[in-house]
Amino acid sequence: MHKRLIVWTLVLLVSPWAAAREAIPVGPDPVIERRMMVLAQELRCLVCQNQTLADSQAELAADLRQEIRELMQKGQSDEEIKRYLVARYGDFVLYRPPLKPTTWLLWFGPAVLLLVGLAALYTVLIRRRRLAAADPLTPDQEQRALALLSEDESQLS
Amino acid sequence: MKSLAALRFLIPLGAFLVLSGFLFKGLWLDPHQVPSPLIDKPAPAFRLTQVADPDKTLSRDQLLGRVWLLNVWASWCVSCKEEHPVLVEFAKTGVVPIYGLDYKDTRDEALKWLDRLGNPYTASLFDPDGRVGIDYGVYGVPETYVIDKSGTIRYKQIGAITPEILREKIVPLIRKLDA
Repeated sequence: MHKRLIVWTLVLLVSPWAAAREAIPVGPDPVIERRMMVLAQELRCLVCQNQTLADSQAELAADLRQEIRELMQKGQSDEEIKRYLVARYGDFVLYRPPLKPTTWLLWFGPAVLLLVGLAALYTVLIRRRRLAAADPLTPDQEQRALALLSEDESQLS
Repeated sequence: MKSLAALRFLIPLGAFLVLSGFLFKGLWLDPHQVPSPLIDKPAPAFRLTQVADPDKTLSRDQLLGRVWLLNVWASWCVSCKEEHPVLVEFAKTGVVPIYGLDYKDTRDEALKWLDRLGNPYTASLFDPDGRVGIDYGVYGVPETYVIDKSGTIRYKQIGAITPEILREKIVPLIRKLDA
């Protein structure tokens, strides 16, 4: 009984390897491979759009990784390779879009929104403080407030 | 003070309207239609063998001097099947020569496909490793380029051509370029 259980457990443990797929082909040069993967993480796969070229299993992504390897072997810099891809696929391949007039809103919009929000918060807080100062509590109200607060504390402890 | 109170409602309302405007426009945008940076740039050069005959090559420069269509297709591509009858019909009108770019395909499969579904192409270029496809920024087959007499790309259609697209965009553009 025990033996059978052990055998079945082993079979279950090993079976995932039987279904495993072939590894993604990698280039022969580990230095270029590392450089390529770093660069590919900055580039968008146009087929599956929300994945990087490094992650994507799409065939085009595999082709482009191969293309990047070959360009690196030819001694091109990362910048040159990015330019090569942008010339073909547009700025959309870059996960970090370049800074230029058409992308100003994209780059600075969030910071501008944050500043507007902070300014709004500041004015609201200032106004509220002024309101509180203009309308102080009567001695009666103050007594009640203190009573309520101390009651609360005694309950807590 | 009263106008300030009104502002309190108008600002969020305004922000809401602007945001809805953007989102509304977004409903009709397709993220898979990435504008090509190659529009109005010279079509990348190529020299490829033809699908029908591995001994015959064709290059971009041989096609200078006339307006032509470059249609990227493959026998494994499902939307190409949908597009194909439209191209076959269009080729019969003789408005413009259609050249195919058989992308990441095998010659056997490609020829079988053309045999079965008809061949609208003046010639099909054979690009088994997709290199020329990369130069043209191909990322979703079918894609179609309109290339003018000077070899400049004037229009790119991503996805299948429909009779409407032919009628409204491609044919008028070809007439203009041919004039």
